[in-house]
Amino acid sequence: MPNAIEVTDLVKSYGSNRAVDGVSFAVEEGEVVAILGPNGAGKSTTVEILEGHRSRTSGDVRVLGVDPGTAGPGFRDRLGIVLQSAGVDKELTVREVLHFYRVAYSRPREVDELIAMVELEDKADERVSTLSGGQQRRVDLALGLIGDPDLIFLDEPTTGFDPAARRRSWDLVRNLTELGRTVVLTTHSLEEAEQLADRVMVLAAGRIVADGSASQLRADFGKGTRISFGLPAVDEPLSGLLDPLQGTSRGRDRRIEITTDAPTADLAHITAWATSRGLELDGLTVSSTELEDVYLGLVGEEA
Amino acid sequence: MRSLRLLSHQIRAQNRFFWRVPVGAFFTLMLPVIMLVLFVALFGNDLGDTGGPDDTSAAQFYTPALAVFAVGSATYTNIAINVSTRREEGILRRVRGTPLPPWIYIAGVILSAVWIALVSATVMVTLGVVAFDVNIELAKFPGMLLSFAVGSATFATLGVALSSVARSSSAASALANATILPMAFISNIFVNLGPEPPKWLRVAADILPLKHFGTSFSATMEPWTDPPAILWDRLGVLAIWLVLGAVVAVWRFRWDPLPGATGRTARRGRAAAAV
Repeated sequence: MPNAIEVTDLVKSYGSNRAVDGVSFAVEEGEVVAILGPNGAGKSTTVEILEGHRSRTSGDVRVLGVDPGTAGPGFRDRLGIVLQSAGVDKELTVREVLHFYRVAYSRPREVDELIAMVELEDKADERVSTLSGGQQRRVDLALGLIGDPDLIFLDEPTTGFDPAARRRSWDLVRNLTELGRTVVLTTHSLEEAEQLADRVMVLAAGRIVADGSASQLRADFGKGTRISFGLPAVDEPLSGLLDPLQGTSRGRDRRIEITTDAPTADLAHITAWATSRGLELDGLTVSSTELEDVYLGLVGEEA
Repeated sequence: MRSLRLLSHQIRAQNRFFWRVPVGAFFTLMLPVIMLVLFVALFGNDLGDTGGPDDTSAAQFYTPALAVFAVGSATYTNIAINVSTRREEGILRRVRGTPLPPWIYIAGVILSAVWIALVSATVMVTLGVVAFDVNIELAKFPGMLLSFAVGSATFATLGVALSSVARSSSAASALANATILPMAFISNIFVNLGPEPPKWLRVAADILPLKHFGTSFSATMEPWTDPPAILWDRLGVLAIWLVLGAVVAVWRFRWDPLPGATGRTARRGRAAAAV
């Protein structure tokens, strides 16, 4: 399979701040890749460089065989972009907006087909200004698909959707991938990444800190077991509880979570500590780590 | 051919957008009409000695002057506000991500504004001729069209330039009005300054473009001018402003919005990214 995207040592600096700090990866044709990361990790900057919306400081970028920094209309003809912050003329109707954008493409989809794809049949002749946030987002999605693109960038595509609309949009993205379209999506939602993507890249502080399938990431980084419980108010410092543990702990709102490779020993210590003080640990659970734990561990965020 | 088809589609779409926003259409089309009717009512319309530029009927003075003002607001003001609003809403950014050639989008914006300006100027001139007995001559018609073409192109280009330097749509709106209104007062548009205005006002008006547009357009309607009544020197000054506006527009035009309240670092970053 040829590569739809090839990125080598991509750097984007703003003054002394390196928003993207030496990123290299390739995306095969037909692959669905999710770029995950906290705000400011550089995922939108990276995607905007790939789309040709933003210049790069250094590094080599090939998208559909061309450099997006200098590519022209022919490149954009094969691209579908669903931006986070792109508006439409809201005084036009849904149908008019789709008609406005479709004429520039060499193989545009039919307006009615698009409206059906994003399930806006009831709103087709309403002005965009009267639509809800989620419905406007579906207009965005329709505009991303309008040129029957080979490569689709989805920047947080289901933000603001209700759960049902989100699931239907996922089905839509899955249909696209079944047609062999390449999809690059950025998302905050691990569930979304896991649902849609063949491959998940985790970006933190401008670097790729993990790259693989969801199950691969879980296997590589998610070793260990998670112990969690609610802690009643106690008068002593928690070092007596936490310091002897072999795993790592984090806490919020009096709820402690421990990720450990020695669950038996750590659990024994915790229960001994609690019973010696006559405390009951609220909601004590022991489970294998979730993808979310992997992700939070990778990006170094406090949960 | 494909470019022409895309361009005509753009112009029609931009036009439709204009009519969808009644408040914009009102200010552009109705305000100059109301001003003409009011000014003629206020200052009277008795035909006096029309042998010179300083002694003329109110309608003969105001019809071309307010037609020029209508053209200015249909092009300069409307483009400055619309383009910066669309930048702010991310519409320009979306357009930039489509295969539509950028020049066709910009040309569509300019030509649709010129079309609205033509409608507006036609309404004004027709009203003046029909209702207020204003002079119009077929022999000077080509000069009238030429003055309109150069003037509307100049003010449309300056509108694009202003939208490129304004940091937000509200700034663009304020700047557009803060420039065109005082300019209209000193350029024989709202008031006839007569032969001896204060020198600094005259110098300012002679440097700025609006007086030259007004003078060249009015000349094609005044009874005492000889056909073809084309004031090449005035049109030359307009052409210089057109080139200046085009240089600023090409140099500073941005497709990406500036981030709102995200601090100076991010702004500088965006500005750097746009270069």
